Amino acid sequence: MEKFVRREGLVAPMDRANVDTDAIIPKQYLKSIKRTGYGPNLFDEWRYLDHGEPGMDHSKRPLNKDFVLNQPRYQGATVLLARENFGCGSSREHAPWALLQYGFQAVIAPSFADIFYNNSLKNGLLLIRLDAKIVDRLLREAQATPGYRVAIDLEQQAVSTPGGESFRFEIDPFNKHCLLNGLDEIGLTLGHADKIRAFEAAHRERQPWLFS
Amino acid sequence: MIGPEQGATLPGMTVVCGDSHTSTHGAFGCLAFGIGTSEVEHVLATQCLMMKKTKTMKVEVEGALGLGVTAKDIILAIIGKIGTAGGTGYSIEFAGSAIRALSMEGRMTVCNMSIEAGARAGMVAVDDTTIEYVKGRPMAPAGAMWDKALAYWRTLVSDPDATFDKVVTLDAAQIQPQVSWGTSPQMVTTVDGKVPDPAQEKDPVQREWMERALKYMDLKPNTPITQIKPDKIFIGACTNSRIEDLRAAAQVVKDKRVASNIKLAIVVPGSGLVKQQAEQEGLDKIFTAAGFEWRQPGCSMCLGMNDDQLSPGERCASTSNRNFEGRQGAGGRTHLVSPAMAAAAAVAGHFVDVRTMK
Repeated sequence: MEKFVRREGLVAPMDRANVDTDAIIPKQYLKSIKRTGYGPNLFDEWRYLDHGEPGMDHSKRPLNKDFVLNQPRYQGATVLLARENFGCGSSREHAPWALLQYGFQAVIAPSFADIFYNNSLKNGLLLIRLDAKIVDRLLREAQATPGYRVAIDLEQQAVSTPGGESFRFEIDPFNKHCLLNGLDEIGLTLGHADKIRAFEAAHRERQPWLFS
Repeated sequence: MIGPEQGATLPGMTVVCGDSHTSTHGAFGCLAFGIGTSEVEHVLATQCLMMKKTKTMKVEVEGALGLGVTAKDIILAIIGKIGTAGGTGYSIEFAGSAIRALSMEGRMTVCNMSIEAGARAGMVAVDDTTIEYVKGRPMAPAGAMWDKALAYWRTLVSDPDATFDKVVTLDAAQIQPQVSWGTSPQMVTTVDGKVPDPAQEKDPVQREWMERALKYMDLKPNTPITQIKPDKIFIGACTNSRIEDLRAAAQVVKDKRVASNIKLAIVVPGSGLVKQQAEQEGLDKIFTAAGFEWRQPGCSMCLGMNDDQLSPGERCASTSNRNFEGRQGAGGRTHLVSPAMAAAAAVAGHFVDVRTMK
């Protein structure tokens, strides 16, 4: 997992509440157990005019020009802005995978669904909870200002706007530690690699029949 | 099936796999439990898992089992007693003279369904039966290494004065052949019993659950279990597809015929070696002569991932481990039983106490 310390990026405003995991990535794409390649199918039903299926060449499908992510001014966005209860629905880890693989590094919203929140942080997607009034203002600013970018400082737990405002957000210290150091659960375990190796050497010594 | 057969499963190992019935390996004094996809990845990358220590439960089954009462009946009786959440948060040690008296096959059947009792892991202490089973398997140690291993394996027993967070005791002599009647493994009763009446249940949540189960199973309260007629018979699954299971079932169907109301009766050996051995012993002939289909090894009708499924409304006497709604096919109705009881139901055309079969 990549470290998340300070990032700065273009904001895509998605003026919707209760964006569910089925909308984030429809069920037909869950059959795959690969953890890659979900980017083109993020928000598939909103993004394309036709019905998508796995195995299609998604670059040739007709785009819904009205969908926010299809507008030229939001190309290359890395911060998604949305309303309450983002990520509600299933426990599918495909939802954060799709957001990350599309290119998003952070989502800002007033609230997130629990499982989605945990799944996202485990995968290095930073979810930032800001007061609903602030999110509302940011949505309007982002819509009104072409090239609207924000800076996110995880160490300081702050989001800064082009207008020079800064908003503090809360995050669990353990989650923060993992993100700052790029530690996913495997990364954390591997932080004890010397102990693991020492155990394995001793284990080999004690129960050699398991290794012969 | 194959881990123990090959001696890849050895006493004292920690065994994990992406299947909840990994608990089967606990029969060898292993700490064995199922894990999810992300955990599989974690194990492959690090050989470790982050875990919280579980609580401990001892389930003691003392005394001698009656004739025709099997390991499956023991574990169904345990689940009937403690419930499917009874073991949640615990690892179980199955102990007592009735467990000691079981073969390794029987112990695997018991440990297999630890998860249906709510426990991620269940185990049996190492003894002569364990050692005898492991000896000479392809991947088991040999020579001086065997002696060294043996000295360690002999230590894999609970101290006589060990304390457990919870102790459950069953009298083996009281355990009767079991048949599940509902949509949870804890909804189980004895073959001479009746479908329970939800009206007698005081707890409204339980009552509603029972009512829903009976509706799904299309059963009326107080129906004698022996009046229930299965449409299909499935002998197989990682619970009950080892050689001893097939022998027990074959003994019941020998020189008999599957009843005319049974649409399909299949025997699915748990592995290629089990199949081979059963064929050497002529069990396949006994089954096919009686009207059973003799199949290739696999999971088959346990979970309905292939074509071996129940159609909506069909009823099955099954030696598998789960009777959830739709488990064996949408709308299918599962009755969990031992291999001998499934065989007896096939011959009689309805559930019957295998001990009364001539």
